[in-house]
Amino acid sequence: MTETSAPRPVHWLPARVADLREETSTTRTIVFDVPHWPGHVAGQHVDVRLTAEDGYQAERSYSIGGSPDGQRVELTIQRVPDGELSTYMVGEMRVGDEAELRGPVGGWFVWHPEESDPVLLVAGGSGLVPLMAMVRERARAGSAAPFSLLYSVRSPEVVLYADELAHRARDGDGLNISLLYSDSAPEGTARPVGRIRPDDLADTGLPQGSAARAYVCGPTAFVEAVAGLLADHGYDPSNVRTERFGPTGG
Amino acid sequence: MGVVTRGFVGRRDPAAANLPPGQYLTPDFPVLSAGPTPQISLEQWRFTLTDEAGTEHGWGWQEFLDLPSEQPMVDIHCVTKWSKLGTRWQGVSLDTLLGPVQTRAGYALVRSYGGYSSNLPLADLRGGKAWIAYRYDGADLPAEHGGPARLLVPHLYFWKSAKWVRGIELRTEDTPGFWETMGYHSYGDPWRDQRYAGD
Repeated sequence: MTETSAPRPVHWLPARVADLREETSTTRTIVFDVPHWPGHVAGQHVDVRLTAEDGYQAERSYSIGGSPDGQRVELTIQRVPDGELSTYMVGEMRVGDEAELRGPVGGWFVWHPEESDPVLLVAGGSGLVPLMAMVRERARAGSAAPFSLLYSVRSPEVVLYADELAHRARDGDGLNISLLYSDSAPEGTARPVGRIRPDDLADTGLPQGSAARAYVCGPTAFVEAVAGLLADHGYDPSNVRTERFGPTGG
Repeated sequence: MGVVTRGFVGRRDPAAANLPPGQYLTPDFPVLSAGPTPQISLEQWRFTLTDEAGTEHGWGWQEFLDLPSEQPMVDIHCVTKWSKLGTRWQGVSLDTLLGPVQTRAGYALVRSYGGYSSNLPLADLRGGKAWIAYRYDGADLPAEHGGPARLLVPHLYFWKSAKWVRGIELRTEDTPGFWETMGYHSYGDPWRDQRYAGD
């Protein structure tokens, strides 16, 4: 485990909602315009702080879903039951509303476009968000690194970025995308529904014999299960980076 | 006042009023790890304290269990903003482990199975503030929470409470650990909101 980035102070920055996109019935993408945003690396996260009229404040951390894009910071927020920020952000926030952002944060669960090694991305549910930042950054930077995304998701209705994924999968270009439906699948799906299993990792489309790096993000049980499958497939633990993503009261 | 978020009211949980700044309460026990959970057999498990001269003090699993233990009940605070109150642990106080060690070191570098590390001043491991914990909530500490044993130093952000601990090096100089080299604060006091370098 060695990877360093120079520490520097991170300050709260005023941000304004520039765009909103409904992703699913409980999930929404919010694009913030953040003057003086220092830029980020795919996979990093950001702290968000909301302030009520009487000065009450609450903050949470969210993964950044968008690739670096000037002073734009794109988050995809899932509404969690009783979520203090997510209920507001998914249900009530409008274009033009203000908040504060602080970041970017995190220097380990990141992918730099200069890296050319094959990459396996394994997402469980909303854990797709930081991995999508990597997929988008690969395209933005014109990287030729072989990428394979395994996306385990409950049913077609809750697939995030469905159109974009379909579009990117058609483009090929060294990017493989496999949707692994756990509860219900569209008609004609060859793979039987179910949780991720060993044969899902057997043919990822990545070049054989090369040491791929794996990024795994999802709920705890998913991350633990996938880390075990990767070990069985010969992945060195030092090449497996994990991040938990799931409702924790946010 | 600066930025106001139109229409935001918030939950204003009374139980959260006494938390460190920026934290919220969770009844869950979220798992955050940078890599796969290491599988460590108890036969091979060993914990070592190494002083600044390189002298090792080590314990195997059974020797460790034979040491006098304590059952702290503590609040824990994760830098990702969740806090959990009244968590119950069992483990060996660092005062017990450091007792026979002669040292003039001012710092500790905690090392884990799997390659993780974290640093803190040695004084923060003394005075009834830190334990090597091997039981949580009345059961053996689960691997995803750091079992067989983890450091428990609850007055600092929880990334300092290194999971899967295998040893502590006593050092005369402060050496940044894993997250401390990646933009996180070197000390990490939740009550002073010391999350990131420069806070």
